[in-house]
Amino acid sequence: MDLFEYQGRDLFERHGLPVLGGGVAETPQEARAIAERLGGKVVVKAQVKVGGRGKAGGVKLADGPDEAEARAGDILGMDIKGHTVHKVMLAETADIKEEYYFSYLLDRANRTFLCIASVAGGMEIEQVAEEQPDRVAKVAIDASKGVDEAKAREIVETAKFPAEVADQVVDIAVKLWQAFVAEDATLVEVNPLAKVGDGRVLALDAKVTLDENAAFRHPDHEALVDQSAVDPLEQAAKAKNLNYVKLDGEVGIIGNGAGLVMSTLDVVAYAGEKHGNVKPANFLDIGGGASAQVMANGLEIVLGDPSVKSVFVNVFGGITACDAVANGIIQALALLAERGETVTKPLVVRLDGNNAEAGRAILDGANNPLVQRVDTMDGAAERAAELAAAGK
Amino acid sequence: MAIWLTKDSKVIVQGITGSEGSKHTKRMLAAGTQVVGGVNPRKAGTKVDFDGTELPVFATVAEAMKETGADVSVIFVPPAFTKSAVIEAIDAEIPLAVVITEGVPVQDSAAFWAYNIDRGNKTRIIGPNCPGIASPGASNAGIIPADITPGGRIGLVSKSGTLTYQLMYELRDFGFSTAVGIGGDPIIGTTHIDALKAFQEDPDTDAIVMIGEIGGDAEERAAEFIKANVTKPVVGYIAGFTAPPGKTMGHAGAIISGSAGTADAKKAALEAAGVKVGKTPSETARLMREVMS
Repeated sequence: MDLFEYQGRDLFERHGLPVLGGGVAETPQEARAIAERLGGKVVVKAQVKVGGRGKAGGVKLADGPDEAEARAGDILGMDIKGHTVHKVMLAETADIKEEYYFSYLLDRANRTFLCIASVAGGMEIEQVAEEQPDRVAKVAIDASKGVDEAKAREIVETAKFPAEVADQVVDIAVKLWQAFVAEDATLVEVNPLAKVGDGRVLALDAKVTLDENAAFRHPDHEALVDQSAVDPLEQAAKAKNLNYVKLDGEVGIIGNGAGLVMSTLDVVAYAGEKHGNVKPANFLDIGGGASAQVMANGLEIVLGDPSVKSVFVNVFGGITACDAVANGIIQALALLAERGETVTKPLVVRLDGNNAEAGRAILDGANNPLVQRVDTMDGAAERAAELAAAGK
Repeated sequence: MAIWLTKDSKVIVQGITGSEGSKHTKRMLAAGTQVVGGVNPRKAGTKVDFDGTELPVFATVAEAMKETGADVSVIFVPPAFTKSAVIEAIDAEIPLAVVITEGVPVQDSAAFWAYNIDRGNKTRIIGPNCPGIASPGASNAGIIPADITPGGRIGLVSKSGTLTYQLMYELRDFGFSTAVGIGGDPIIGTTHIDALKAFQEDPDTDAIVMIGEIGGDAEERAAEFIKANVTKPVVGYIAGFTAPPGKTMGHAGAIISGSAGTADAKKAALEAAGVKVGKTPSETARLMREVMS
């Protein structure tokens, strides 16, 4: 889960990192109140989980409360690369003398963590890495040792931080690592880490990604979820423990296993190239044991999406037997009918693997005009795309 | 023969008394696996009956190994306890630990991996979040269905469980030496490269199927390895060509992987290494058929 900047700032503050005073506002009036509290000049920053907000006009300076209210009014509701701005963060301004970059992240290749630090901050680190690779230090972190003062000194020396800020950066490096571990983060990034006029080094931005697998030991992380960005269908699916991602096509997808579902999206998209350019409408993995109940829940979510014109149920029976899946589909349709939800969209079902013959016989026996059986993944994708194109 | 798991492998189950652990112990036994016991400190000294096979429960992995000669552990404990279960297996120096559990915090996986390295890397860890390893007709450690395919001469390594099953099914007339599900987590023990190396050295494997998916650069690194070290034919498949960019890919993450991470980049890297890459699972199976016939 990616955090907003203001959430990252608060998290940094809780872990003792030096940040500027700030607050978050959802209305221009709230922005004024925060500006009054902070006093003096403030910066008003759009809270969006996408880069390039400055260039898009989402970051403005304000001289005082009046101007802060006006700038917040301009920025709230803006669209930045498809993200609507619902919140602005107001922060004290800083007299920036130098800008650095500092992050900890997961290093998948080496199965550990990595520190990336640079004395050239304030811009995209990818750009720095490309143009001045010698100014980007990458230091591997041993997961069993972490970052103590000695390790922090090694980072500071490798990245060639100026001597006058070395001690402060060492302190920040240790505290940032402690925050990274304590919060089960997979990324903490400070860009810029800035030296300001009075010589202090401050974290002026905060980019934090938290590990959702660790949610069980962080009940407080639930409150950080951005409810305004949660798709209503995704929310409904989550409440039913379904792994669902809303996409923008017309073919509803239900399958078992993340890899197979991802592959199904590809096969449907390829088939769609020949059929009115239809695309997958969602990712939905119903997992291993697809009971009638789980199938009904899945179908309900997928059919609840008005852009869905056809549904492709793609199941490879591994542990699950296909006859159970077929029964699930038939019972699911009956369950939906009982709930008064008339299903009118065609379902293409492909069953393969464990007990596939029995499963197919059940589908044939049920003789439901909405259910079409196609026995290969490619053929079924083709049929589902064709039906979606016809229903468009 | 096969890689890492043979008919002589003696398997214990950590979490044997839990619902998943007991369900799959039964299936592993039915597949002919030599399951010799389980571990649960709270039920140590008791026996569990699996359709007529009584298995002893031990307090620790070390004790189970001493009493039964076990050399493989399959781990089915919940995410919150997985780290300590794997560390216990590492402490006992069991040669192979298969971590099935899904949802393990990545810092825990990083921690047990670092612990394993600190102790001399004596335990091969497969997973977490994986279906396990199966050498059809010989032994099965994990949740891969044993009846999809008989033994044969194709080796398979995959990040995805159901895609493993799909390819095993499509190529069941050839059969498989070993199928390894390495798992889809960001930090995993055994990698594509480890499996490719073992299949290259295995006299009973003639060709290799490699299945990847979007994220990270494991496939790109595997491609480099294949170019330099693998002479057996490799056929590849990557899932996620049309998936939208993941939100978990941080800015700083992109810096280590460069253009890597997309399915297109992975496919291009594999093809540059001489690997034939299928656009769909069925095309991948067809490419392997051409290789094998």
